[in-house]
Amino acid sequence: MNPGAIVVAVLVAAALAVTLGVALGWAAAHIEPDADSLVERIDALLPQTQCGQCRYPGCRPYAAAIANGAAEIDRCPPGGEVTVRALAALLDRAPRPLDPEFGAPAPAQVAWIDEAKCIGCARCLPACPVDAIVGASRQIHTVITLQCTGCELCLPPCPVDCIELRPAPAVSQRYSQPRAA
Amino acid sequence: MAARSTFHAGLALDAHKQQACGTPIVELPPPTQVVLALDQGTGYSAEPVVTVGEAVAVGTLVARTDHPSASAVHAPLAGIVVAIETREAAVQGGRSVCIVIDGDGSDRIDDSVRPVADPAALSPEELVQRLRDAGIAGLGGAGFPTATKLASARNLGAHTLVLNGAECEPWICCDDALMRSAADDIVLGALILRRAAGTVRCVIAIEDDKPAAIAAVTRAIERLRDDALTLAVVPAVYPQGAERQLITAVAGVEVPSGGLPADAGVVCQNVATAAAVARWATRGEPMLSRLVTVTGSGVAHPCNVRAPIGTPLAALIAASGGYRGKPLRLIAGGSMTGRALPSDEVGLTKAMNCVLVATRDDIGSRLGAVELPCIRCGDCADACPVGLLPQQLLRAALADAHDTLRQLGVRDCIDCGLCDYVCPSQIPLAHRFRDARRRLHEAEAMARKAADARERHDLRKRRLQAAATAEQQTFESVRDRARRPGDDSTGDTN
Repeated sequence: MNPGAIVVAVLVAAALAVTLGVALGWAAAHIEPDADSLVERIDALLPQTQCGQCRYPGCRPYAAAIANGAAEIDRCPPGGEVTVRALAALLDRAPRPLDPEFGAPAPAQVAWIDEAKCIGCARCLPACPVDAIVGASRQIHTVITLQCTGCELCLPPCPVDCIELRPAPAVSQRYSQPRAA
Repeated sequence: MAARSTFHAGLALDAHKQQACGTPIVELPPPTQVVLALDQGTGYSAEPVVTVGEAVAVGTLVARTDHPSASAVHAPLAGIVVAIETREAAVQGGRSVCIVIDGDGSDRIDDSVRPVADPAALSPEELVQRLRDAGIAGLGGAGFPTATKLASARNLGAHTLVLNGAECEPWICCDDALMRSAADDIVLGALILRRAAGTVRCVIAIEDDKPAAIAAVTRAIERLRDDALTLAVVPAVYPQGAERQLITAVAGVEVPSGGLPADAGVVCQNVATAAAVARWATRGEPMLSRLVTVTGSGVAHPCNVRAPIGTPLAALIAASGGYRGKPLRLIAGGSMTGRALPSDEVGLTKAMNCVLVATRDDIGSRLGAVELPCIRCGDCADACPVGLLPQQLLRAALADAHDTLRQLGVRDCIDCGLCDYVCPSQIPLAHRFRDARRRLHEAEAMARKAADARERHDLRKRRLQAAATAEQQTFESVRDRARRPGDDSTGDTN
């Protein structure tokens, strides 16, 4: 065999390795990994209750924590098993059971204010993460049922315990489409 | 007109119609009590405008609505409102708020019930509104408000009105009986509906297994001599009477997936609805009664009954000779698409075209049948009139794979039940698809709610940030002024 060919082959391979190495090194330093879009995609799978049961202040901070590896995917009881499975599929990880430390999944619920007891202190208003409580100081408050996520964050600030959680109304009255004939 | 023979696939079924169709129509006298469901079968309810204890006359409006999918309800007999409460009803979900009226035996008629002097003098828009006020709803089985359909047909510029007299579902024959006995009413109603819908022509479609009805309607059309009103005879293939399938058969066009018939230039109404429109025009009568088939091996004398809306089904069954043998199920509708009823105390609704009192002989083959695994024979796909792939849909439905379900067109399923009927493994396919549609619907509603919550949360965060920034700025400007008293713009210095 021609020893020259071996030398050429080694040189070509070496040149290739150096070129690609430099290119990859430059890319790693100069092209930002698309972290935001991963956070977006994780956030899109979370139920957006903004309840903080995962110990992060809202769904997006939890999504960011999952994306950078600070938190596991098993911390969202409102999303339940469905969300864990969806997250596992997105992140190519094995699904795992919900961590009971962060609470157990429960049927959807909404807050309801007993207007006879409400003293109009307005302390629950800033607690609501989705602005679903209408009211003002010394006026009776009420919850916009359709927009309440059932996060329970309005319960602790209420000085007279006039807020309770009730089962959420059915998502849809429709059981099936009307029949044709 | 040149009618295409039929739609894709479908199946000729045992009709079971001769039982009820051989006897004359029974006119039911006013019952002692009516139970008027405020949801007349569409899933949307009207709002009561009467109170308990109030006296009502025949034709008094008792519930009104602004919802396009709900219809107004009128008292079909004179008497006293004795209850407004949630009761078992012949609707999706099995319960609805009902107005219960005890009859006083008189036939006082409400002042609002006056014949329409000249329907032709009304503008189409007025006509649609008057039909809405009269509570006219589709009598073919869906109970959808006629006015809403007509209005959308006008807006989308439909050119053809199809009157559905196909009545393909086994057991049901009330439309057949109506066409044989009141063809002139149907033709008169057709003209009014054609005007209200703004279509150029009207086609009355009847299946070829109803020769007497075809003859009667042909004679009525000939008496009229209107070139834009024609008859189309379509083959008796189930589900010929399904709206989209009938439109394909009669007009040769396919209604786009997710679209309305009006998108294909067609609007469809039942022949019985046309007859009800004629009753409204000639007598001023809102929708107070309907013709309903009471049949099945579980009643003594199957027949068609004209009964006030709200009549308890027990009274209808009594008018048909009462129960016979061992009734197993009470079904609203026919054997293919009917729904089981909770009891015979529920009131007749506008959407109920048939009360099937079924015994084991009628529906027994499927009761207690063991569901076997799918053997991939493909019979379901051959039978599906929509051209779906039930095998694939079943897999996706069991896996709750929403994207796949959407791609395979689970929403285009018309719930005809043919896939169940032909399945050798006795898999309740249509039921699974109905369930899958509900879950899909719920998942989409949840996704919308989550998106809404995220947006509100983001807006709140931004608002709080802006407030914090503004506060910081105020603090800084006050601090700066305190440090330089000489620059105070008030000039108030010592």
